[in-house]
Amino acid sequence: METAVEMRGITMAFGPNEVLKGIDLAIEPGKVTAMLGANGAGKSTLIKVLSGVYNGYGGTVIIDGAAVDIDHPTTARHHGIEAVHQKIADGIVPGLSVAENFLFEGIVNNHVSRAASLRSLMPKAREVASVLDLDWSDEVLRSDIYGVPIADQQLLLLARALVNEPRLLILDEPTSALSETEAERLFDVVRRLRDEGVAIFYISHRIGEIDDIADRLLVLRDGVIRSDYEPPFDWSDALHQMLDADEAERPQRTTELKGATEVLHLNDVQLLPKSIPFDLSIRTGEVTGVFGLLGSGGSQLARGIFGADPFETGEMKLKGEAYAPKAPADAIASEVYMVPEDRIAGTIIKDWTVSMISTFPFLGAVSNAGVLNPLAEARVGRSVIEGFNVVAQSEADPVMSLSGGNQQKVVVGRWLREQPTVMILNEPFQGVDVGARHELSEKAREVAAAGSAVVVMSTDLEEIMQVSDRVVVLADGNLRHDAYLSETSRDEILQRLSEVE
Amino acid sequence: MATTTTMNKPEMKPDQPGAKSRIDIRDLLVRYGFIAVTVIFFVYFLATIPAFRMSSTMFSMLKFTSVVAIAGLGVTVTMVVGGLDLSVGATAGMSVTVAAMTMVIYAQQGSVAIIAVIVAGAVIGAVNAIMIVWMKIPDLLATLASMFLIQGLKLVPVDGQSVSSGLILRDGTVAPGKFTPGFLEINRGSLGPVPYPVIIFAVLAVLTWFLLSRTKWGRVMYAIGSNPEAARLAGARVGRYKAFAYMLSGVYASIAGLILASRIGQGDISAGNSLLLDAVAVALVGTSVLGAAKPNAFGTALGAILIGILLTGTTMMNFQYYWQDVVKGLVLVVALIFSFTLSRRKQRFVAAVPL
Repeated sequence: METAVEMRGITMAFGPNEVLKGIDLAIEPGKVTAMLGANGAGKSTLIKVLSGVYNGYGGTVIIDGAAVDIDHPTTARHHGIEAVHQKIADGIVPGLSVAENFLFEGIVNNHVSRAASLRSLMPKAREVASVLDLDWSDEVLRSDIYGVPIADQQLLLLARALVNEPRLLILDEPTSALSETEAERLFDVVRRLRDEGVAIFYISHRIGEIDDIADRLLVLRDGVIRSDYEPPFDWSDALHQMLDADEAERPQRTTELKGATEVLHLNDVQLLPKSIPFDLSIRTGEVTGVFGLLGSGGSQLARGIFGADPFETGEMKLKGEAYAPKAPADAIASEVYMVPEDRIAGTIIKDWTVSMISTFPFLGAVSNAGVLNPLAEARVGRSVIEGFNVVAQSEADPVMSLSGGNQQKVVVGRWLREQPTVMILNEPFQGVDVGARHELSEKAREVAAAGSAVVVMSTDLEEIMQVSDRVVVLADGNLRHDAYLSETSRDEILQRLSEVE
Repeated sequence: MATTTTMNKPEMKPDQPGAKSRIDIRDLLVRYGFIAVTVIFFVYFLATIPAFRMSSTMFSMLKFTSVVAIAGLGVTVTMVVGGLDLSVGATAGMSVTVAAMTMVIYAQQGSVAIIAVIVAGAVIGAVNAIMIVWMKIPDLLATLASMFLIQGLKLVPVDGQSVSSGLILRDGTVAPGKFTPGFLEINRGSLGPVPYPVIIFAVLAVLTWFLLSRTKWGRVMYAIGSNPEAARLAGARVGRYKAFAYMLSGVYASIAGLILASRIGQGDISAGNSLLLDAVAVALVGTSVLGAAKPNAFGTALGAILIGILLTGTTMMNFQYYWQDVVKGLVLVVALIFSFTLSRRKQRFVAAVPL
């Protein structure tokens, strides 16, 4: 079998944390090899090893029968490996023209003079553009890069990667910023490259897309390749391999809460620009788990209910009355709370103590006529520490000195001192150790049992199985499934998730 | 010393003794270095300059400092919410013209002038707030624009002239009013030995300190300056707080302008020109006091006083005027070394515009 790039026993560790545990993979030319994997499976680490961003990996990369050491992006390029990374903004240079962006690699390496007039750059820029048959006019080439559509920026990056005629082209979530028609254009290009014999390594979370374009599907899990499929792909099995746990690792749950009272109703809510609006009912006395792959709309749902960002379209009713929060402050006034997915960016003020973080949303409760009462603040800090078993010496510890799990307990605990109406936890278990995950999960269930509506968003099926009573499955912003865990099964959940539209 | 600390807290990881004592010295420097520098210079001038020892010198020094200090307190408030008000100097300058116009051209009482000036300062703060909060213009750029606007527009109604009693108006008549004695009293009067400007400075410094470090509003303002998204997601109405900070800054600048107007006794059109940089400097110097590594009212007040001491001392030692800027620059550099180089705090205040 002919191979473009072969990996044997590739390992990569960051300190004690082993991310890649021995990847054996031969990528063939003239094929689109797709890879699917949950968060933390090791996809981006593998891409970075292959494209020379990380060195110090274990194992061998073989090209043309010889072992090569890819220790730098230029080495990767020299061996014909090019990567187009997920963030378009990382690849283009704002303030420069389209032509200059085409030639950026040359400008950096001083092959192309920056002082040269734009006119003199045109022929070279057109050479790069011609790799993809991009028939762009002089006017487009002269214009500022931010003036052209994002799909064209993506094509520009692709052309730039192709100018060196790579044997292996790595595309990391290439359609995440593109509309459907723009994505179609990109696929046409990918197919053409494949037919010309380029090996394409395609990383995506979008099942429909992979089904459409890939010739081979791999599932990466915990740093190893778990399974390998030929078309037509067995999606149900692939998603099991990607997300499902072995019998022994499954969390054991005995009780199921079933709420009776609808407290929040979503009416014709549309989460993503292309998705189909749906209705959803959130009930008190149960934990609703919202499950979906990355980018499937869970965050939009959480932020929409909390008033942090508006929905594309749709309305809500809280306790039967119109509810349209324009800002989180409005949601909080209605006792609707949210813990955001990015803990550091969304909740932490870096030099603050545990008690300052704890009291922040409800400063009125620890002040008199606006004047803060340090004793009351310390009391709240201590009650969060005690109520959530936070490992800290005292409430005056800087919050940044705590471990991730303990920080998370603080930012969850601060909302739960009184019974909320709706408590949304967006990816509450990310960067949280197993012990803290268990405790947070139990707390969420206690709060629901006491009469709140609790909603947990997660991309991890095990977390959903552990914490929720009812599961709502989202895919590309569409509602795929809504059932109590006792009335559904892992197979059905993954089946619904894997349906290709 | 290091070993006893370790024994008292067995649950903590023992530090290496050598490293521990070195870091202690650094912590001491960061916390008290700035205050020590102030005291050293103060004692030095006391010992070497006989005239410096007179209490009248002390109070005239504080009085002279008060204008910069008050404008600096306003800048501090905007820095706390993550911005920076560049229009304070222009606002103070405009206040001088507004006060002069009210009393000289419209022949109003001093109290009317005071109200007019403070209202004008609040209006400028509101305009800044509208540009920054609702029009989303970055703080530095918005207040730079308003600085130019104010500097130019204040000259329109007075035809670019300084307003003093006896001014010939456009219609050929002589301006009917003059700076009232009561208004001039703002700068000249005193309570016992303490001049009014020093009292105003002290009151505003204490109020600002109290607002920023003892009230829930101050807490929210610091949160907004440090992580606006986290503040918003915790329910803070970020826009309103920023608007409030800029309005407060405008009012403070106009109060500084009132003292300035009372000191000059006429509507000098160049008044307040050098105030902006001095005010920003004292607010920046203030970030280093007590190792705060963030803007704070106490630090700003102390920074203004240190610069006042140094300027008074060097002037009395017969240094030429141009050494004044050297002194200010040196103080700023030393303060920033305490704040940025020596401080181990991860979180420092963030500049209003990423450069």
